[in-house]
Amino acid sequence: MIGKTAVDNSLSNSVQKKSVIETKPKRKISIPKLLIYAVLIAMAIICFIPFLMMLVNATRSNEAILSGFTLLPGSAIVENYQTMMSYINIWAGFKNSLIISVLVTLLSGYFSALTAYGFAFYVFKGKNAMFVFMLVMMMVPGQLGLIGFYELCKNLGILDTYIPLIIPAAASPFVVFFLRQYILTTLHPSLIEAARIDGASEFKIFHTIAIPIMMPAIATMSIFTFIGSWNNYIMPLVVLFSPEKFTLPVLMGFLKGSQVAQNLGSMYLGIAISVVPIMIAFLFLSKYIVNSISAGSIKE
Amino acid sequence: MKNLNRYGYFFIAPFWLVFLVFSIYPVALTFYYSFTNYTGSGEAQLVGLANYKRLLTDTYFVEAFFNTWKIWGVNFALQMGLALILAMIFSDMRVKLKGIAFFRAIFYLPNLITISSVALLFGILLDWQHGSLNMMLMKLGIISDPINWLNEPTSAQLSISLILTWMWFGHSFIVVMAGVSGISKDYYEAALIDGANRWQTFSKITIPLLKPILLYIMITSLIGGLQLFDLPMLLTDGIGSPDGSLNTMVLYLYNQAFKYNNYGYAAAVAYGLFVITLIFSAFIFKGMYGKERKQPRQV
Repeated sequence: MIGKTAVDNSLSNSVQKKSVIETKPKRKISIPKLLIYAVLIAMAIICFIPFLMMLVNATRSNEAILSGFTLLPGSAIVENYQTMMSYINIWAGFKNSLIISVLVTLLSGYFSALTAYGFAFYVFKGKNAMFVFMLVMMMVPGQLGLIGFYELCKNLGILDTYIPLIIPAAASPFVVFFLRQYILTTLHPSLIEAARIDGASEFKIFHTIAIPIMMPAIATMSIFTFIGSWNNYIMPLVVLFSPEKFTLPVLMGFLKGSQVAQNLGSMYLGIAISVVPIMIAFLFLSKYIVNSISAGSIKE
Repeated sequence: MKNLNRYGYFFIAPFWLVFLVFSIYPVALTFYYSFTNYTGSGEAQLVGLANYKRLLTDTYFVEAFFNTWKIWGVNFALQMGLALILAMIFSDMRVKLKGIAFFRAIFYLPNLITISSVALLFGILLDWQHGSLNMMLMKLGIISDPINWLNEPTSAQLSISLILTWMWFGHSFIVVMAGVSGISKDYYEAALIDGANRWQTFSKITIPLLKPILLYIMITSLIGGLQLFDLPMLLTDGIGSPDGSLNTMVLYLYNQAFKYNNYGYAAAVAYGLFVITLIFSAFIFKGMYGKERKQPRQV
Protein backbone atom coordinates (compact mmCIF):
# COMPACT_ATOMS: atom_id res chain seq x y z
CA MET A 1 0.00 0.00 0.00
CA ILE A 2 2.80 2.36 0.89
CA GLY A 3 4.49 1.61 -2.42
CA LYS A 4 1.18 1.94 -4.19
CA THR A 5 0.37 5.32 -2.68
CA ALA A 6 3.71 6.66 -3.86
CA VAL A 7 2.87 5.65 -7.40
CA ASP A 8 -0.63 7.07 -7.02
CA ASN A 9 0.82 10.34 -5.71
CA SER A 10 3.10 10.77 -8.66
CA LEU A 11 0.23 9.92 -10.98
CA SER A 12 -2.12 12.43 -9.39
CA ASN A 13 0.65 15.03 -9.44
CA SER A 14 1.15 14.65 -13.14
CA VAL A 15 -2.59 14.91 -13.64
CA GLN A 16 -2.60 18.12 -11.62
CA LYS A 17 0.29 19.52 -13.59
CA LYS A 18 -1.46 18.79 -16.84
CA SER A 19 -4.64 20.55 -15.80
CA VAL A 20 -2.66 23.60 -14.68
CA ILE A 21 -0.88 23.79 -18.00
CA GLU A 22 -4.11 23.46 -19.95
CA THR A 23 -6.05 26.11 -18.06
CA LYS A 24 -3.36 28.78 -18.42
CA PRO A 25 -3.16 30.72 -21.67
CA LYS A 26 -0.13 29.83 -23.78
CA ARG A 27 2.78 32.20 -23.28
CA LYS A 28 5.77 32.74 -25.50
CA ILE A 29 8.69 30.49 -24.62
CA SER A 30 11.24 32.63 -22.78
CA ILE A 31 14.96 32.67 -23.52
CA PRO A 32 16.08 31.09 -20.19
CA LYS A 33 13.64 28.28 -20.86
CA LEU A 34 15.13 27.72 -24.29
CA LEU A 35 18.59 27.67 -22.75
CA ILE A 36 17.52 25.06 -20.21
CA TYR A 37 16.07 22.91 -22.99
CA ALA A 38 19.30 23.26 -24.96
CA VAL A 39 21.33 22.10 -21.95
CA LEU A 40 18.97 19.19 -21.30
CA ILE A 41 19.10 18.05 -24.90
CA ALA A 42 22.90 18.32 -24.84
CA MET A 43 22.92 16.13 -21.73
CA ALA A 44 20.61 13.62 -23.40
CA ILE A 45 22.99 13.47 -26.37
CA ILE A 46 26.00 12.94 -24.07
CA CYS A 47 24.08 10.15 -22.36
CA PHE A 48 23.34 8.46 -25.61
CA ILE A 49 26.49 9.06 -27.65
CA PRO A 50 28.50 6.08 -26.29
CA PHE A 51 25.65 3.83 -27.44
CA LEU A 52 25.51 5.59 -30.79
CA MET A 53 29.26 5.10 -31.30
CA MET A 54 28.80 1.45 -30.36
CA LEU A 55 25.99 0.91 -32.87
CA VAL A 56 27.80 2.73 -35.67
CA ASN A 57 31.12 1.00 -35.08
CA ALA A 58 29.40 -2.39 -34.95
CA THR A 59 28.63 -1.94 -38.63
CA ARG A 60 32.14 -0.82 -39.65
CA SER A 61 35.14 -2.91 -40.53
CA ASN A 62 38.24 -2.95 -38.34
CA GLU A 63 40.20 -0.91 -40.90
CA ALA A 64 37.48 1.74 -41.13
CA ILE A 65 37.37 2.13 -37.34
CA LEU A 66 41.16 2.44 -37.14
CA SER A 67 41.27 5.03 -39.88
CA GLY A 68 38.91 7.59 -38.39
CA PHE A 69 35.77 8.66 -36.60
CA THR A 70 32.34 9.00 -38.14
CA LEU A 71 28.73 8.67 -37.08
CA LEU A 72 27.70 7.22 -40.46
CA PRO A 73 27.15 3.45 -40.44
CA GLY A 74 29.37 1.15 -42.51
CA SER A 75 28.55 -2.07 -44.30
CA ALA A 76 30.68 -4.69 -42.53
CA ILE A 77 28.10 -5.91 -40.05
CA VAL A 78 27.86 -9.42 -41.55
CA GLU A 79 31.65 -9.90 -41.59
CA ASN A 80 31.85 -8.60 -38.01
CA TYR A 81 29.17 -11.05 -36.95
CA GLN A 82 30.92 -13.99 -38.60
CA THR A 83 34.27 -13.08 -37.06
CA MET A 84 32.74 -12.81 -33.60
CA MET A 85 30.74 -16.03 -33.88
CA SER A 86 33.83 -17.96 -34.99
CA TYR A 87 35.35 -17.33 -31.56
CA ILE A 88 32.44 -17.16 -29.14
CA ASN A 89 28.79 -18.08 -29.25
CA ILE A 90 27.14 -15.00 -27.85
CA TRP A 91 23.64 -16.44 -28.10
CA ALA A 92 24.64 -19.28 -25.78
CA GLY A 93 25.62 -16.65 -23.21
CA PHE A 94 22.32 -14.98 -23.85
CA LYS A 95 20.39 -18.20 -23.29
CA ASN A 96 22.36 -18.99 -20.10
CA SER A 97 21.73 -15.53 -18.67
CA LEU A 98 18.06 -15.75 -19.56
CA ILE A 99 17.58 -19.18 -17.94
CA ILE A 100 19.33 -18.11 -14.74
CA SER A 101 17.61 -14.72 -14.48
CA VAL A 102 14.12 -16.11 -15.10
CA LEU A 103 14.55 -18.89 -12.53
CA VAL A 104 16.07 -16.47 -10.02
CA THR A 105 13.13 -14.09 -10.48
CA LEU A 106 10.54 -16.85 -10.05
CA LEU A 107 12.23 -18.37 -6.99
CA SER A 108 12.77 -15.01 -5.36
CA GLY A 109 9.18 -13.91 -6.03
CA TYR A 110 7.49 -17.08 -4.82
CA PHE A 111 9.56 -17.86 -1.73
CA SER A 112 9.75 -14.25 -0.63
CA ALA A 113 5.95 -14.03 -0.83
CA LEU A 114 5.69 -17.26 1.15
CA THR A 115 8.06 -16.00 3.84
CA ALA A 116 6.48 -12.55 3.97
CA TYR A 117 3.05 -14.12 4.46
CA GLY A 118 4.39 -16.35 7.26
CA PHE A 119 5.90 -13.36 9.02
CA ALA A 120 2.83 -11.21 8.55
CA PHE A 121 -0.07 -13.46 9.55
CA TYR A 122 1.10 -16.03 12.09
CA VAL A 123 2.18 -15.66 15.68
CA PHE A 124 4.94 -18.03 16.68
CA LYS A 125 7.88 -18.21 18.99
CA GLY A 126 10.98 -16.33 17.91
CA LYS A 127 9.21 -14.52 15.09
CA ASN A 128 10.37 -11.02 15.99
CA ALA A 129 13.92 -12.13 16.72
CA MET A 130 14.09 -13.88 13.34
CA PHE A 131 12.72 -10.85 11.55
CA VAL A 132 15.20 -8.49 13.18
CA PHE A 133 18.05 -10.89 12.43
CA MET A 134 16.98 -10.97 8.79
CA LEU A 135 17.00 -7.15 8.66
CA VAL A 136 20.49 -7.04 10.14
CA MET A 137 21.74 -9.56 7.58
CA MET A 138 20.22 -7.37 4.87
CA MET A 139 22.88 -4.76 5.62
CA VAL A 140 25.73 -7.22 5.02
CA PRO A 141 27.35 -6.70 1.60
CA GLY A 142 27.42 -9.71 -0.73
CA GLN A 143 31.22 -9.84 -0.92
CA LEU A 144 31.55 -10.57 2.79
CA GLY A 145 30.69 -14.24 2.36
CA LEU A 146 32.24 -14.67 -1.09
CA ILE A 147 35.15 -16.87 0.01
CA GLY A 148 33.02 -19.01 2.29
CA PHE A 149 30.44 -19.30 -0.48
CA TYR A 150 33.06 -20.54 -2.92
CA GLU A 151 34.35 -23.11 -0.40
CA LEU A 152 30.79 -24.27 0.35
CA CYS A 153 30.08 -24.80 -3.35
CA LYS A 154 33.38 -26.62 -3.77
CA ASN A 155 32.56 -28.98 -0.89
CA LEU A 156 29.03 -29.57 -2.17
CA GLY A 157 30.42 -30.28 -5.64
CA ILE A 158 28.21 -27.66 -7.27
CA LEU A 159 30.94 -25.45 -8.75
CA ASP A 160 30.56 -24.89 -12.50
CA THR A 161 26.80 -25.48 -12.24
CA TYR A 162 23.94 -22.98 -12.09
CA ILE A 163 22.79 -24.15 -8.62
CA PRO A 164 24.87 -21.57 -6.66
CA LEU A 165 23.56 -18.83 -8.96
CA ILE A 166 19.88 -19.79 -8.70
CA ILE A 167 19.02 -21.46 -5.37
CA PRO A 168 20.23 -18.61 -3.07
CA ALA A 169 17.50 -16.43 -4.66
CA ALA A 170 14.94 -18.32 -2.54
CA ALA A 171 16.26 -16.29 0.41
CA SER A 172 16.09 -12.60 -0.56
CA PRO A 173 15.72 -10.61 2.68
CA PHE A 174 15.01 -7.29 1.01
CA VAL A 175 12.17 -8.71 -1.08
CA VAL A 176 10.70 -10.42 2.00
CA PHE A 177 10.85 -7.15 3.89
CA PHE A 178 9.22 -5.20 1.06
CA LEU A 179 6.44 -7.78 0.55
CA ARG A 180 5.71 -8.06 4.27
CA GLN A 181 5.19 -4.30 4.54
CA TYR A 182 2.97 -4.48 1.49
CA ILE A 183 0.75 -7.39 2.54
CA LEU A 184 0.28 -6.04 6.06
CA THR A 185 -1.40 -2.96 4.65
CA THR A 186 -3.29 -4.57 1.75
CA LEU A 187 -4.65 -7.86 3.12
CA HIS A 188 -7.05 -7.67 6.04
CA PRO A 189 -6.90 -10.66 8.45
CA SER A 190 -10.71 -10.95 8.35
CA LEU A 191 -10.45 -12.11 4.75
CA ILE A 192 -8.21 -14.98 5.88
CA GLU A 193 -10.61 -15.85 8.70
CA ALA A 194 -13.51 -15.96 6.24
CA ALA A 195 -11.59 -18.32 3.97
CA ARG A 196 -10.74 -20.57 6.94
CA ILE A 197 -14.38 -20.79 7.92
CA ASP A 198 -15.15 -21.80 4.34
CA GLY A 199 -12.72 -24.67 4.86
CA ALA A 200 -9.75 -23.53 2.78
CA SER A 201 -6.36 -24.90 3.83
CA GLU A 202 -3.59 -22.52 4.88
CA PHE A 203 -1.58 -23.01 1.69
CA LYS A 204 -4.68 -22.71 -0.46
CA ILE A 205 -5.43 -19.35 1.21
CA PHE A 206 -1.90 -18.26 0.45
CA HIS A 207 -2.08 -19.31 -3.20
CA THR A 208 -5.57 -18.09 -4.01
CA ILE A 209 -5.89 -14.97 -1.84
CA ALA A 210 -2.49 -13.67 -0.71
CA ILE A 211 -0.53 -14.17 -3.95
CA PRO A 212 -2.98 -12.26 -6.19
CA ILE A 213 -3.11 -9.40 -3.70
CA MET A 214 0.68 -9.25 -3.50
CA MET A 215 1.15 -9.43 -7.28
CA PRO A 216 1.81 -5.70 -7.93
CA ALA A 217 4.52 -5.65 -5.27
CA ILE A 218 5.99 -8.94 -6.52
CA ALA A 219 6.10 -7.51 -10.05
CA THR A 220 7.91 -4.39 -8.83
CA MET A 221 10.52 -6.42 -7.01
CA SER A 222 10.81 -8.88 -9.92
CA ILE A 223 12.03 -6.16 -12.26
CA PHE A 224 14.93 -5.38 -9.97
CA THR A 225 15.65 -9.00 -9.19
CA PHE A 226 15.79 -9.79 -12.90
CA ILE A 227 18.04 -6.82 -13.74
CA GLY A 228 20.29 -7.59 -10.78
CA SER A 229 20.67 -11.21 -11.81
CA TRP A 230 21.14 -10.37 -15.50
CA ASN A 231 23.93 -7.89 -14.69
CA ASN A 232 25.62 -9.94 -11.96
CA TYR A 233 29.28 -10.39 -12.80
CA ILE A 234 31.34 -11.42 -9.77
CA MET A 235 29.30 -14.49 -8.71
CA PRO A 236 29.21 -16.31 -12.07
CA LEU A 237 32.84 -15.27 -12.59
CA VAL A 238 33.82 -17.05 -9.39
CA VAL A 239 31.55 -20.07 -9.78
CA LEU A 240 31.64 -20.94 -13.51
CA PHE A 241 34.67 -22.28 -15.42
CA SER A 242 33.39 -23.75 -18.68
CA PRO A 243 33.02 -21.15 -21.45
CA GLU A 244 29.84 -22.81 -22.76
CA LYS A 245 28.20 -22.18 -19.38
CA PHE A 246 29.21 -18.52 -19.12
CA THR A 247 26.55 -15.89 -18.59
CA LEU A 248 26.54 -12.82 -20.81
CA PRO A 249 28.55 -10.56 -18.44
CA VAL A 250 31.24 -13.22 -17.93
CA LEU A 251 31.27 -13.89 -21.67
CA MET A 252 31.88 -10.16 -22.20
CA GLY A 253 34.96 -10.36 -19.99
CA PHE A 254 36.03 -13.49 -21.89
CA LEU A 255 35.57 -11.59 -25.16
CA LYS A 256 38.04 -8.96 -24.01
CA GLY A 257 40.79 -11.51 -23.47
CA SER A 258 40.05 -13.46 -26.67
CA GLN A 259 41.26 -12.88 -30.21
CA VAL A 260 38.03 -11.11 -31.09
CA ALA A 261 39.58 -8.10 -29.33
CA GLN A 262 41.86 -7.72 -32.37
CA ASN A 263 38.86 -6.90 -34.51
CA LEU A 264 37.23 -3.77 -33.13
CA GLY A 265 34.16 -4.01 -35.34
CA SER A 266 33.37 -7.48 -33.96
CA MET A 267 34.00 -6.28 -30.42
CA TYR A 268 31.52 -3.43 -30.86
CA LEU A 269 29.01 -5.82 -32.37
CA GLY A 270 29.37 -8.26 -29.47
CA ILE A 271 28.82 -5.47 -26.96
CA ALA A 272 25.88 -4.16 -28.98
CA ILE A 273 24.21 -7.58 -28.97
CA SER A 274 24.52 -7.68 -25.17
CA VAL A 275 23.10 -4.17 -24.80
CA VAL A 276 20.39 -3.69 -27.42
CA PRO A 277 17.80 -6.18 -26.04
CA ILE A 278 17.87 -4.38 -22.69
CA MET A 279 17.37 -1.07 -24.47
CA ILE A 280 14.38 -2.45 -26.36
CA ALA A 281 12.86 -3.87 -23.16
CA PHE A 282 13.40 -0.51 -21.49
CA LEU A 283 11.62 1.26 -24.34
CA PHE A 284 8.42 -0.57 -23.38
CA LEU A 285 8.92 -0.71 -19.61
CA SER A 286 10.52 2.67 -18.90
CA LYS A 287 7.47 4.24 -17.28
CA TYR A 288 6.89 1.21 -15.09
CA ILE A 289 10.55 0.95 -14.08
CA VAL A 290 10.78 4.66 -13.23
CA ASN A 291 7.64 4.43 -11.08
CA SER A 292 9.03 1.36 -9.33
CA ILE A 293 12.25 3.16 -8.45
CA SER A 294 10.24 6.09 -7.09
CA ALA A 295 8.01 3.79 -5.05
CA GLY A 296 10.95 1.77 -3.71
CA SER A 297 12.82 4.83 -2.47
CA ILE A 298 9.84 6.58 -0.86
CA LYS A 299 9.13 3.46 1.16
CA GLU A 300 12.62 3.43 2.71
CA MET B 1 -10.93 -23.21 16.18
CA LYS B 2 -7.66 -25.11 16.39
CA ASN B 3 -4.47 -23.16 16.56
CA LEU B 4 -3.05 -22.68 13.08
CA ASN B 5 -0.04 -20.64 14.11
CA ARG B 6 2.33 -23.58 13.75
CA TYR B 7 1.83 -23.12 9.99
CA GLY B 8 3.96 -20.00 10.31
CA TYR B 9 7.02 -22.23 10.58
CA PHE B 10 6.11 -24.04 7.35
CA PHE B 11 5.84 -20.75 5.52
CA ILE B 12 9.20 -19.42 6.60
CA ALA B 13 11.11 -22.74 6.65
CA PRO B 14 12.30 -22.79 2.99
CA PHE B 15 13.62 -19.26 3.32
CA TRP B 16 15.58 -20.06 6.47
CA LEU B 17 16.95 -23.31 5.09
CA VAL B 18 18.40 -21.55 2.02
CA PHE B 19 19.39 -18.48 4.03
CA LEU B 20 21.31 -20.48 6.62
CA VAL B 21 23.12 -22.61 4.04
CA PHE B 22 23.91 -20.01 1.35
CA SER B 23 24.14 -16.73 3.29
CA ILE B 24 24.88 -17.19 6.97
CA TYR B 25 27.16 -20.21 6.77
CA PRO B 26 29.42 -18.62 4.08
CA VAL B 27 29.69 -15.41 6.12
CA ALA B 28 30.62 -17.42 9.23
CA LEU B 29 33.04 -19.63 7.27
CA THR B 30 34.72 -16.54 5.83
CA PHE B 31 35.08 -15.20 9.37
CA TYR B 32 36.78 -18.45 10.42
CA TYR B 33 39.12 -18.37 7.40
CA SER B 34 40.14 -14.82 8.26
CA PHE B 35 42.01 -16.28 11.25
CA THR B 36 43.76 -18.96 9.17
CA ASN B 37 46.38 -19.21 6.45
CA TYR B 38 44.09 -21.22 4.18
CA THR B 39 45.26 -21.35 0.56
CA GLY B 40 42.31 -23.09 -1.09
CA SER B 41 43.66 -26.61 -0.65
CA GLY B 42 44.97 -28.65 2.25
CA GLU B 43 44.38 -27.89 5.92
CA ALA B 44 43.62 -24.42 7.21
CA GLN B 45 45.88 -23.55 10.14
CA LEU B 46 44.87 -21.00 12.73
CA VAL B 47 47.20 -18.01 12.75
CA GLY B 48 45.39 -15.77 15.22
CA LEU B 49 45.17 -12.11 14.28
CA ALA B 50 48.07 -12.24 11.83
CA ASN B 51 45.87 -11.54 8.79
CA TYR B 52 44.31 -8.49 10.44
CA LYS B 53 47.72 -7.18 11.52
CA ARG B 54 48.91 -7.56 7.95
CA LEU B 55 45.79 -5.78 6.70
CA LEU B 56 46.50 -2.66 8.75
CA THR B 57 50.04 -2.34 7.40
CA ASP B 58 49.34 -3.54 3.86
CA THR B 59 50.16 -0.59 1.59
CA TYR B 60 48.18 -2.18 -1.28
CA PHE B 61 45.04 -2.37 0.85
CA VAL B 62 45.50 1.19 2.09
CA GLU B 63 46.05 2.25 -1.51
CA ALA B 64 42.91 0.35 -2.56
CA PHE B 65 40.99 2.08 0.24
CA PHE B 66 42.00 5.56 -0.95
CA ASN B 67 41.50 4.69 -4.63
CA THR B 68 37.99 3.47 -3.91
CA TRP B 69 37.21 6.66 -1.99
CA LYS B 70 38.65 8.95 -4.65
CA ILE B 71 36.73 7.25 -7.43
CA TRP B 72 33.50 7.13 -5.44
CA GLY B 73 33.84 10.65 -4.01
CA VAL B 74 34.31 12.41 -7.35
CA ASN B 75 31.49 10.38 -8.86
CA PHE B 76 29.11 11.04 -5.97
CA ALA B 77 29.70 14.79 -5.97
CA LEU B 78 29.03 14.98 -9.72
CA GLN B 79 26.11 12.57 -9.66
CA MET B 80 24.36 14.27 -6.76
CA GLY B 81 25.10 17.74 -8.12
CA LEU B 82 23.57 16.87 -11.48
CA ALA B 83 20.58 15.12 -9.90
CA LEU B 84 19.83 18.08 -7.63
CA ILE B 85 20.22 20.68 -10.38
CA LEU B 86 17.89 18.67 -12.60
CA ALA B 87 15.40 18.26 -9.76
CA MET B 88 15.56 22.00 -9.09
CA ILE B 89 14.86 22.79 -12.73
CA PHE B 90 12.04 20.29 -13.12
CA SER B 91 10.32 21.15 -9.83
CA ASP B 92 10.41 24.92 -10.44
CA MET B 93 6.84 26.18 -10.50
CA ARG B 94 7.78 29.20 -12.59
CA VAL B 95 9.46 27.39 -15.47
CA LYS B 96 7.19 24.33 -15.89
CA LEU B 97 9.25 22.23 -18.24
CA LYS B 98 7.70 19.61 -20.43
CA GLY B 99 9.14 16.27 -21.43
CA ILE B 100 10.22 15.10 -18.00
CA ALA B 101 9.29 11.49 -18.82
CA PHE B 102 11.49 11.56 -21.92
CA PHE B 103 14.52 13.06 -20.16
CA ARG B 104 14.11 10.79 -17.16
CA ALA B 105 14.13 7.74 -19.40
CA ILE B 106 17.19 8.86 -21.41
CA PHE B 107 19.15 9.85 -18.29
CA TYR B 108 18.30 6.57 -16.61
CA LEU B 109 19.07 4.27 -19.55
CA PRO B 110 22.84 3.78 -18.88
CA ASN B 111 21.99 2.42 -15.42
CA LEU B 112 20.28 -0.67 -16.85
CA ILE B 113 23.13 -1.80 -19.06
CA THR B 114 25.30 -4.68 -17.85
CA ILE B 115 28.37 -3.14 -16.22
CA SER B 116 30.75 -5.55 -17.91
CA SER B 117 29.39 -4.44 -21.30
CA VAL B 118 29.80 -0.82 -20.21
CA ALA B 119 33.39 -1.52 -19.13
CA LEU B 120 34.19 -3.21 -22.42
CA LEU B 121 32.57 -0.45 -24.43
CA PHE B 122 34.49 2.29 -22.66
CA GLY B 123 37.66 0.23 -22.79
CA ILE B 124 37.65 0.51 -26.58
CA LEU B 125 36.03 3.95 -26.79
CA LEU B 126 38.76 5.38 -24.54
CA ASP B 127 41.58 3.62 -26.39
CA TRP B 128 44.57 5.88 -26.87
CA GLN B 129 45.17 5.56 -30.61
CA HIS B 130 42.03 3.98 -32.03
CA GLY B 131 39.39 5.01 -29.53
CA SER B 132 36.38 6.86 -30.88
CA LEU B 133 36.48 9.42 -28.07
CA ASN B 134 39.94 10.73 -28.93
CA MET B 135 39.10 10.62 -32.64
CA MET B 136 35.92 12.59 -32.09
CA LEU B 137 37.57 15.19 -29.83
CA MET B 138 40.37 15.66 -32.37
CA LYS B 139 37.91 16.01 -35.23
CA LEU B 140 36.01 18.64 -33.25
CA GLY B 141 39.29 20.42 -32.57
CA ILE B 142 38.97 20.16 -28.77
CA ILE B 143 42.30 18.37 -28.41
CA SER B 144 45.23 18.24 -30.80
CA ASP B 145 46.94 15.05 -29.58
CA PRO B 146 45.26 11.85 -28.42
CA ILE B 147 44.95 11.52 -24.63
CA ASN B 148 45.99 8.21 -23.15
CA TRP B 149 43.02 8.10 -20.75
CA LEU B 150 43.64 4.72 -19.21
CA ASN B 151 47.40 4.90 -18.94
CA GLU B 152 47.80 7.66 -16.38
CA PRO B 153 46.55 7.21 -12.77
CA THR B 154 44.58 10.45 -12.42
CA SER B 155 42.85 10.28 -15.78
CA ALA B 156 42.12 6.56 -15.35
CA GLN B 157 40.45 7.18 -11.98
CA LEU B 158 38.63 10.18 -13.37
CA SER B 159 37.43 8.06 -16.30
CA ILE B 160 35.86 5.54 -13.91
CA SER B 161 34.29 8.33 -11.83
CA LEU B 162 32.76 9.85 -14.96
CA ILE B 163 31.48 6.48 -16.22
CA LEU B 164 29.88 5.90 -12.82
CA THR B 165 28.33 9.37 -12.93
CA TRP B 166 27.01 8.64 -16.41
CA MET B 167 25.50 5.41 -15.09
CA TRP B 168 23.98 6.73 -11.87
CA PHE B 169 22.93 10.40 -12.09
CA GLY B 170 19.67 9.46 -13.82
CA HIS B 171 18.83 7.02 -11.05
CA SER B 172 19.54 9.63 -8.37
CA PHE B 173 17.48 12.15 -10.32
CA ILE B 174 14.46 9.81 -10.34
CA VAL B 175 14.77 9.16 -6.62
CA VAL B 176 15.17 12.87 -5.82
CA MET B 177 12.16 13.71 -8.00
CA ALA B 178 10.12 11.07 -6.18
CA GLY B 179 11.01 12.84 -2.96
CA VAL B 180 10.20 16.26 -4.42
CA SER B 181 6.77 15.11 -5.60
CA GLY B 182 6.05 14.07 -2.00
CA ILE B 183 6.60 17.62 -0.72
CA SER B 184 3.37 19.54 -0.30
CA LYS B 185 2.82 22.21 -2.96
CA ASP B 186 1.65 24.58 -0.20
CA TYR B 187 5.27 25.21 0.87
CA TYR B 188 6.24 26.31 -2.62
CA GLU B 189 3.17 28.49 -3.03
CA ALA B 190 3.87 30.17 0.30
CA ALA B 191 7.49 30.73 -0.74
CA LEU B 192 6.34 32.19 -4.04
CA ILE B 193 3.98 34.61 -2.26
CA ASP B 194 6.73 35.59 0.21
CA GLY B 195 8.96 36.48 -2.73
CA ALA B 196 11.60 33.79 -2.19
CA ASN B 197 13.95 33.35 -5.14
CA ARG B 198 14.76 30.02 -6.76
CA TRP B 199 17.85 29.36 -4.71
CA GLN B 200 16.11 30.21 -1.41
CA THR B 201 13.17 27.97 -2.26
CA PHE B 202 15.54 25.16 -3.13
CA SER B 203 17.94 25.48 -0.19
CA LYS B 204 15.40 26.32 2.53
CA ILE B 205 12.48 24.10 1.51
CA THR B 206 13.46 21.35 -0.90
CA ILE B 207 16.81 20.27 0.58
CA PRO B 208 15.74 20.10 4.27
CA LEU B 209 12.58 18.16 3.40
CA LEU B 210 14.54 15.79 1.19
CA LYS B 211 16.97 14.82 3.94
CA PRO B 212 15.74 11.22 4.36
CA ILE B 213 15.85 10.65 0.59
CA LEU B 214 19.33 12.16 0.31
CA LEU B 215 20.47 9.93 3.16
CA TYR B 216 19.04 6.91 1.35
CA ILE B 217 20.86 7.79 -1.89
CA MET B 218 24.10 8.48 -0.07
CA ILE B 219 24.15 5.23 1.88
CA THR B 220 23.13 3.00 -1.02
CA SER B 221 25.64 4.77 -3.26
CA LEU B 222 28.39 4.42 -0.67
CA ILE B 223 27.73 0.71 -0.14
CA GLY B 224 27.70 0.19 -3.91
CA GLY B 225 30.76 2.40 -4.39
CA LEU B 226 32.84 0.57 -1.79
CA GLN B 227 32.07 -2.65 -3.67
CA LEU B 228 33.35 -1.25 -6.97
CA PHE B 229 34.65 -4.21 -8.96
CA ASP B 230 33.38 -4.76 -12.51
CA LEU B 231 34.66 -1.52 -14.04
CA PRO B 232 38.25 -1.56 -12.73
CA MET B 233 38.44 -5.31 -13.36
CA LEU B 234 37.52 -5.03 -17.04
CA LEU B 235 38.76 -1.56 -18.03
CA THR B 236 42.46 -2.35 -17.66
CA ASP B 237 44.43 -5.51 -16.88
CA GLY B 238 42.37 -6.63 -13.87
CA ILE B 239 45.05 -6.01 -11.24
CA GLY B 240 44.64 -2.25 -10.97
CA SER B 241 46.83 -0.77 -13.71
CA PRO B 242 47.92 1.95 -14.37
CA ASP B 243 50.23 2.20 -11.36
CA GLY B 244 47.76 0.50 -9.03
CA SER B 245 45.37 3.43 -9.40
CA LEU B 246 42.38 1.23 -10.27
CA ASN B 247 43.09 -1.23 -7.48
CA THR B 248 39.85 -1.08 -5.49
CA MET B 249 39.08 -2.97 -2.27
CA VAL B 250 36.88 -5.66 -3.82
CA LEU B 251 39.25 -6.07 -6.77
CA TYR B 252 42.03 -6.60 -4.23
CA LEU B 253 39.86 -9.12 -2.37
CA TYR B 254 39.09 -11.00 -5.58
CA ASN B 255 42.70 -11.12 -6.72
CA GLN B 256 44.01 -12.16 -3.30
CA ALA B 257 41.55 -15.04 -3.20
CA PHE B 258 41.15 -16.27 -6.74
CA LYS B 259 44.38 -15.13 -8.38
CA TYR B 260 46.95 -15.61 -5.61
CA ASN B 261 45.07 -18.24 -3.55
CA ASN B 262 45.48 -16.29 -0.30
CA TYR B 263 42.02 -17.28 0.93
CA GLY B 264 42.76 -16.59 4.58
CA TYR B 265 44.06 -13.12 3.93
CA ALA B 266 41.30 -12.34 1.42
CA ALA B 267 38.76 -13.27 4.11
CA ALA B 268 40.34 -10.69 6.41
CA VAL B 269 40.13 -8.14 3.55
CA ALA B 270 36.40 -8.90 3.26
CA TYR B 271 35.87 -8.24 6.97
CA GLY B 272 38.01 -5.11 6.79
CA LEU B 273 35.78 -3.86 3.99
CA PHE B 274 32.69 -4.70 6.02
CA VAL B 275 33.90 -2.78 9.07
CA ILE B 276 34.79 0.22 6.89
CA THR B 277 31.30 0.18 5.34
CA LEU B 278 29.68 0.04 8.80
CA ILE B 279 31.78 2.90 10.16
CA PHE B 280 31.08 5.22 7.26
CA SER B 281 27.37 4.41 7.15
CA ALA B 282 27.22 5.29 10.85
CA PHE B 283 29.05 8.57 10.15
CA ILE B 284 26.58 9.52 7.45
CA PHE B 285 23.62 8.74 9.73
CA LYS B 286 25.12 10.83 12.49
CA GLY B 287 26.06 13.67 10.17
CA MET B 288 22.56 13.88 8.72
CA TYR B 289 20.50 13.37 11.85
CA GLY B 290 22.91 14.73 14.46
CA LYS B 291 22.52 18.23 13.01
CA GLU B 292 18.78 17.97 12.82
CA ARG B 293 18.48 17.54 16.57
CA LYS B 294 20.44 20.71 17.24
CA GLN B 295 18.34 22.92 15.03
CA PRO B 296 15.36 23.64 17.33
CA ARG B 297 17.69 24.99 19.98
CA GLN B 298 19.19 27.50 17.56
CA VAL B 299 15.78 28.93 16.66
